[in-house]
Amino acid sequence: MDIFSGLMHGFAVALTPANLAMCLAGCFLGTIVGVLPGLGPPATIAMLLPLTFRMDPTGAIIMLAGIYYGAKYGGSTTSILLNIPGESASAATCFDGYQMARKGRAGPALGMAAISSFIAGTIGVVILMLVAPPLAKVSLAFSSPEYFGLMCMGLAMVVLLSGHSLVKGLLSMLLGLWIAGMGTDLFSATSRFTFGRAELLGGIDFVVVAIGVFAIGEVMANLEPTEPADMLPVPKGLKNLLPTWEDMKRCRFAFFQGSILGFLVGVLPGAGSTIASFLTYGVEKAVSKHPEEFGHGAIEGVAAPEGANNAETAGALVPLLTLGIPGSGTTAILLAALVLWGFKPGPLFIEESPALFWGLVASMYIGNAMLLLLNLPLVGVFAQLLKMPHYAMYPLILGVSIVGVYSNSSSVFDLGLLALFGLAGYAMRKLDFPTAPMILGLVLGDNMEKALRQSLMMSQGHLGILVSRPISAALLVVAALLLVVPLFRRLNATRLQMIDQDG
Amino acid sequence: MQRLLRTGDFWAGLVLAALGAYIVGQARGWDYLTEEGPGAGFFPLWYGIAMIVLSLALVAGSALKARTGDRARGQAPGPVPDAADRVPSNVGLYRALACWLALVVSIAIMKVVGFIISFALLSWFIVAILCRQRAKVAFFVSIGGAVLFWALFSWALDMNLPAGVLF
Repeated sequence: MDIFSGLMHGFAVALTPANLAMCLAGCFLGTIVGVLPGLGPPATIAMLLPLTFRMDPTGAIIMLAGIYYGAKYGGSTTSILLNIPGESASAATCFDGYQMARKGRAGPALGMAAISSFIAGTIGVVILMLVAPPLAKVSLAFSSPEYFGLMCMGLAMVVLLSGHSLVKGLLSMLLGLWIAGMGTDLFSATSRFTFGRAELLGGIDFVVVAIGVFAIGEVMANLEPTEPADMLPVPKGLKNLLPTWEDMKRCRFAFFQGSILGFLVGVLPGAGSTIASFLTYGVEKAVSKHPEEFGHGAIEGVAAPEGANNAETAGALVPLLTLGIPGSGTTAILLAALVLWGFKPGPLFIEESPALFWGLVASMYIGNAMLLLLNLPLVGVFAQLLKMPHYAMYPLILGVSIVGVYSNSSSVFDLGLLALFGLAGYAMRKLDFPTAPMILGLVLGDNMEKALRQSLMMSQGHLGILVSRPISAALLVVAALLLVVPLFRRLNATRLQMIDQDG
Repeated sequence: MQRLLRTGDFWAGLVLAALGAYIVGQARGWDYLTEEGPGAGFFPLWYGIAMIVLSLALVAGSALKARTGDRARGQAPGPVPDAADRVPSNVGLYRALACWLALVVSIAIMKVVGFIISFALLSWFIVAILCRQRAKVAFFVSIGGAVLFWALFSWALDMNLPAGVLF
């Protein structure tokens, strides 16, 4: 199927009333999640994942993806009005967005954030549509050793960029591998790490770990006292939200570079939308004719990061859908969702599940348009959510988490595990252990072990097979190089700078 | 030494080293290599060893930092500690742990009183005790939330909520 006919097929799927409703629900929920600080897309997607098991998978992935990219739109509202990023990806927007709001230009800042997100989000989907099918064809040449190398590289990249301490990142990843290894070994039927519990013979469900670490851990962390912030008012009327023609002209390069850089950063595992938005902010400031205005309310300082964090989501879907390798906690949950629904993201995914792939791509065009409409006239309504008392949120999140886990397995034992992983998630946050490598290790652990064992079966036990094939050797060398980066002072300084921006 | 015992990294490293030792111990009981290829113990053995090495590196790193900190404290005002070196704010920590304990208790009593009652009690505890809201507000949020959950998940979506002996 060529790209044009694939896209037409996708629109036929995405424009059905049910899928349009799912897209709207995802975008709406995503905007809410983005607006509310402390509740992120990984926690929301993890909580809602079990509820999607009864749904049509195409509609469900359209909704979950809508939450993922919708949150990026909503995050800017909090950054501009409160100077607190709703999402870490919107942190760079605080610099100039809040300053614009203080100078009475909250309307154009909010409007520019929505317009830039729409433009870059759409360009990102166009590139995704053009890049994914050829990449999938290239990756058809991959066998077990190449997959093992690819997973090592993905994990190394995520570990490298997930926290200040490489040791903690690696330990977090090893924890994920250990949890993934629990249950019955499919090669030899040996029970591993089951502690004599029959409930663990099938392993620990990904949903339990993800909800525990992200949702319960987040509630516990948010219970810590914080200082209330004053919210600046949202201008009334659509006219007051639209940027001027002069503003649009000033931002034309920001739209372009935000889209391209954001997408490229998204393709890299571990980099993420926060790094994308800070990177494009830096580039925009460097090439601007008025760099002195940055930090004091330059509208390009809103357009560039907001565009980049939306284009990044499309980029992040490329390795997820074509290679089956997620690059962040959120895409790891999306991968788990696809696997749980019975799909196999990887080189054959587009061929085997065209309705799902093209339906998702088409829904992202529609979703970006929906989000523009939602975020321009309704931004005032979403901003009111910031006045919602936090104490009402905590029971809601805990309740949805319990219902989600129980509906998946009908097991109170799993609820106990949920509490346990919630405590682990909180402890990891307090001790500065990054959670993304653990979730990635958990998602990739099984496949990684399978790829390694299959490779060694192919070579009658010789590890040389991993380095004698050019692609796997190159991938493993890259992985090894990534892990030695902290040993070089200058490179490590750059790494830490990127992580600080992420924080 | 006292400074070292107060660092989270030191204790986290010890716990993870113990976990690594457990993984290696278990993996040694399974086949490492078979005629068909690597056995069930092959992969866990290697990541278990890696876990021990990295955990000990974490312990050693925190010991070194504590020593440097102690020396610096003797000479000049001490450096600002990293997040993992700081003992978390007690109020926040206690509130988080109280919330977690309440969650554990609500799960434990779910088999007896069912989801609706245990969820209402959990909500009441969070709103009234942890967030110190008025009794009326706590009552409204807990009962309203429980009814909303029942209506949405059990009645409208026909989902299976944890049932107890009583309800």
